[in-house]
Amino acid sequence: MSRPAPRLLSLAAAGGLSGCTGVLAPTGPVGADIATILIDATLIMLAVIVPTLLLAGWTAWRYRASNTRAPYLPYWSYSGRIEAVVWAIPILVIIFLGGVIWIGSYKLDPFRPLDSKTPALEVQAVALDWKWLFIYPQQGVATVNQLVVPAGTPIHFSITSASVFNVFFIPRLGSMIYAMPGMVAQLHLQADHPTELWGVSAQFSGDGFSDMKFNVSSLPRDQFDRWVQQVSGPTLDEAAFKNLRRQSRMGTAAYGSVDPKLFDAIAKQKLGPAPGPELENSGREASAGWSL
Amino acid sequence: MLGKLSWSAIPIHEPIPLITSVVMIVVILGVLGLITFKGWWPYLWREWITSVDHKRIGVMYCLLGIVMLIRGFADAIMMRSHQALAINAAGYLPPEHYNQIFSAHGTIMIFFAAMPLVIGVMNFVTPLQLGVRDVAFPTLNSVSFWLTASGALLVNLSLFIGEFARTGWLPYPPLSEATYSPGVGVDYYLWAVQISGIGTLMTGVNFVTTVLKMRCPGMGYFSMPMFCWTTLAASLLIVAVFPILTATLAMLSLDRFFGWHYFSNDLGGNPMMFWNLIWAWGHPEVYILVLPAFGIFSEIFSTFSGKPLFGYRSMVAATLFICLVSLMVWLHHFFTMGSGPAVNTAFGISTSIIAVGTGVKIFNWIFTMYGGRVRFSVPMLWSLGFIFTFVIGGMTGVLLAVPPADFVLHNSMFLVAHFHNVIVGGVVFALFAGIHYWFPKAFGFRLHEGWGKAAFWCAFIGFWVTFAPLYVLGLEGMTRRLQHVEIEAWRPMLYLSVVGVVILIAGVVCQITQLVVSIVRRDALRDLTGDPWDGRSLEWATPSPAPFFNFATLPDVAGEEAYWGIKLQAIESQQLAPEPRYADIEMPVNSPVGFYTAFFATVVGFSLVWQIWWLAILGLAAAYAGFVVFAWRDIHEVHVPAEEVARVDRARRAAREALLQRLAHQGATP
Amino acid sequence: MSDYDLPAAIATLRRVREDPNRLGRRGHGDAGPALGAGHGATGPASKRVIVGYGFWIFLLSDIVMFSCFFAAFAVQREATAGGPTISDIVDLRRVALETAALLLSSYSCGLSFAATNARNRLWTQVFLAITAALGLAFVLLEAQEFYDLVRNGVTPQRSGMLTAFFGLVGLHGVHVSIGGLWLATMMAQVQFKGFRTEIVHRLICFNLFWHALDIVWIGIFTIVYLIGAGS
Repeated sequence: MSRPAPRLLSLAAAGGLSGCTGVLAPTGPVGADIATILIDATLIMLAVIVPTLLLAGWTAWRYRASNTRAPYLPYWSYSGRIEAVVWAIPILVIIFLGGVIWIGSYKLDPFRPLDSKTPALEVQAVALDWKWLFIYPQQGVATVNQLVVPAGTPIHFSITSASVFNVFFIPRLGSMIYAMPGMVAQLHLQADHPTELWGVSAQFSGDGFSDMKFNVSSLPRDQFDRWVQQVSGPTLDEAAFKNLRRQSRMGTAAYGSVDPKLFDAIAKQKLGPAPGPELENSGREASAGWSL
Repeated sequence: MLGKLSWSAIPIHEPIPLITSVVMIVVILGVLGLITFKGWWPYLWREWITSVDHKRIGVMYCLLGIVMLIRGFADAIMMRSHQALAINAAGYLPPEHYNQIFSAHGTIMIFFAAMPLVIGVMNFVTPLQLGVRDVAFPTLNSVSFWLTASGALLVNLSLFIGEFARTGWLPYPPLSEATYSPGVGVDYYLWAVQISGIGTLMTGVNFVTTVLKMRCPGMGYFSMPMFCWTTLAASLLIVAVFPILTATLAMLSLDRFFGWHYFSNDLGGNPMMFWNLIWAWGHPEVYILVLPAFGIFSEIFSTFSGKPLFGYRSMVAATLFICLVSLMVWLHHFFTMGSGPAVNTAFGISTSIIAVGTGVKIFNWIFTMYGGRVRFSVPMLWSLGFIFTFVIGGMTGVLLAVPPADFVLHNSMFLVAHFHNVIVGGVVFALFAGIHYWFPKAFGFRLHEGWGKAAFWCAFIGFWVTFAPLYVLGLEGMTRRLQHVEIEAWRPMLYLSVVGVVILIAGVVCQITQLVVSIVRRDALRDLTGDPWDGRSLEWATPSPAPFFNFATLPDVAGEEAYWGIKLQAIESQQLAPEPRYADIEMPVNSPVGFYTAFFATVVGFSLVWQIWWLAILGLAAAYAGFVVFAWRDIHEVHVPAEEVARVDRARRAAREALLQRLAHQGATP
Repeated sequence: MSDYDLPAAIATLRRVREDPNRLGRRGHGDAGPALGAGHGATGPASKRVIVGYGFWIFLLSDIVMFSCFFAAFAVQREATAGGPTISDIVDLRRVALETAALLLSSYSCGLSFAATNARNRLWTQVFLAITAALGLAFVLLEAQEFYDLVRNGVTPQRSGMLTAFFGLVGLHGVHVSIGGLWLATMMAQVQFKGFRTEIVHRLICFNLFWHALDIVWIGIFTIVYLIGAGS
């Protein structure tokens, strides 16, 4: 479903600067649709804005005080026809854009499953201070700061948070969505080809926020299956989770097996809120986990 | 005894805040020492600190705003330079410090730079344009100003004692709850904003009443200058939404102090409620800033084009339209929370509908220039720069209002670039234009044009060089508030942005130079007539600087451009209107109650931050005692005798007579 | 030609001379450039109107603040976190007494202003005193309610619903208490200073404030207590 047209346009629009990291270089259907909408909406508005700016510049220059050849209309301050046009132009643009908004909002609703014959892979994502936990309920494994998905397969994310608000965002795959304590957000994404990507938290969540990144590997289906077999590590149960959710920055980690009820317990806040930082000095917070 | 306060609250081991605070303390002590040494205290106390004159209060607001603008800009310089040094490196600010800086930058710029400047200009201009002598509640006006100053003081105090919030300019729970932010930073934020917010609310009440109930004879609603309409719209928004801010911050304070559960993430707390409440205030807040900015531009486009504002009634309609619709768009700040397509569609469309009102305004300004005689003075340059900048900012704003686009741009550098594009390009440009425009009315001399133009070009180019790269970075997937980044590809754009900041610094230097040069050459720049720009509204009917009673007799006006008609008649008939019969004037007496209230507000705020309960109670009791003392005053007004009024007004008339003679002598009059 | 030489004004007059039909003149408003003194709006309102008007605007903003606390209660009404529900904690008998006290105090407040208008100091003071007594009774009843709840472990820390309940009802209670302090101050002012203009203006504002608190209480009484007891 990858579309070459928006990608070309996108490169042109960003002046070739967006390279291969950005939201205008999507590698999945959701990102591609969003990039199209971005560019369409921009073009619709530019169609009005460019003439407006030219008109502004021309008017200011033509009616400069030193240009006595231009007519001076000291009392010209109303024209019903111009008023009608002046209101009509933005209204028409907004009606047009309103259509884009309406259709786009429904089509790209993050909760809506993707159209695909391949059954979706379930991934449960939990935002922690300051790392991402990914649970693969169908496979019974879990990883930290590392998301591995099969290429060409829709992925259904169920996203929650164990502490504060975060936003789950993989720029080149498309939509982001909030990870919120006590709530489960749904997100459907797909990577079309095997590739290496990165994801972040897009909502500030504290001192370790900048380190809240994760690698995304999109693998061919058979390699993905092999990867699942290889995952080894301790069991992620309640005790392990309570240890994991303490504030820290960390690299990647893996769990060979997962308590199947764990995600539900986190999402329903059965385990209570995750702890925050310790006070170091009077009124001044400790800088948890920071080291230069 | 002292709550959570102890010696460890002072950042002895952290060089940056320590040095900054020491420098600030030295500067403040130096200024205070100079005032004491020169014996200026009685003058300052009598003429400024206790003044209830709307013009003096307006000037003090602007001064506070400019000082805080520089403080906020210093934060911005640190953020941009740090980020450029933190690509695959540590940079020079650890996260706990960097996070305070971006939080302080946003808080200061919105609450303590933009708001005081906007309210300052509103204060200075509105009563003059309405042809009246003061605002509805002059003493309350002084209280508002000093409460805002008190909030600004608390923010700066946090640099030296304790810390500031690390939670962004809006402290989103649960991050801002006591569990995740146990320090005093968020409390400093809460009480600083709470105190200044109450001041702003009082300003809103004051100006709604002023515009609706105090206009000179003959001035109906549809003959008010456009700026007065925008003041009214902004004040109505203040009255409608600042109580929401007060309530929301009070709820968060209750959560933090007493472990209540408004926004906590356990036992039924609802963090999302905070997001809804804060943005129900926050989005209209943007229009509280930008509507008066639109008013300033309307005045400038009309004056410097030598034409009435095009489509005045259409502009009024657009202003009130924006005022109303701005209350219905808040959810676009969190499209990505998964509210569902129906909700997102509704709020996406309502958001882009605001662009209709703004678009109409842009076209009307262009048609105001059409058929005019456009003079490219400094205020006009800012206005033209504004059109270019704001239209682009509006476009990216509408882009962000398209929910699917927001799904990849939310919280990105694209968003950062967008809101700077509209707030700097809209509000800050307007304020610089307005300050240049009304400066002679406040101080009696114009600002230097050359340095003003240099400042404009530096700000305009600097702005685009700083923020255009941020748009690109946003499209490349860079999110905001990152203390360090790992993507090597972002390096060129981050560096380019720093170049822009350097150009902006040059702009600030130009602005300061402009002020100094203008003061030095004030005699050459003196405005003798009181009408330095060939203006059209009533403030230009007064001498520069305007006397404290503004108008010797309240003008009796007709038409949309009150002063323009009076002026043309005078030139045409080669004489001024006959001298009026002067009468005694009663003006409100100076009052220390504003300063007194703010002093105790600061004490109460500080003791609440550090939970020194007894001091907070003592401060409240003292504030109450102060009100009672104030309420017992017997003298509320000073009499200005008719002779004094006549003396001042005859001087004004003499200057105008001289102007008429000069015009006749030049053969300029037709 | 500098701006001091009024370039636009001069050019406009020239243009009007050249073009007596004033082509392209404005479509509405007065057409002439040479406008005399106009009449219409009558100038600034009286101080009494301004004070009353401004206070109304303030009251509207206060009601917006209350509406946030109402909204919080509506949102968190079911967020009991396993603790008591709203119907468990409502004691309608006490609330009826509170309501009666507050409404009667509003009535006597209105009577006091009738006396003020007649410039009768004695009756003004008598009715203000009754208002104060009833207001105090209200605050004491509410304090008793809170005390009973807290003694039984029903605290705002227990659940989101209780937070919103104590916040909304407590905010109103704080308003009434501050109103009482204001009332006492006004009584002292009337006693020592008499009915001076500014004191009458303050009495107008106090009256508005006190009645507004009644209106808010009607909301609390209905939405929190009556609907709460019925659920």
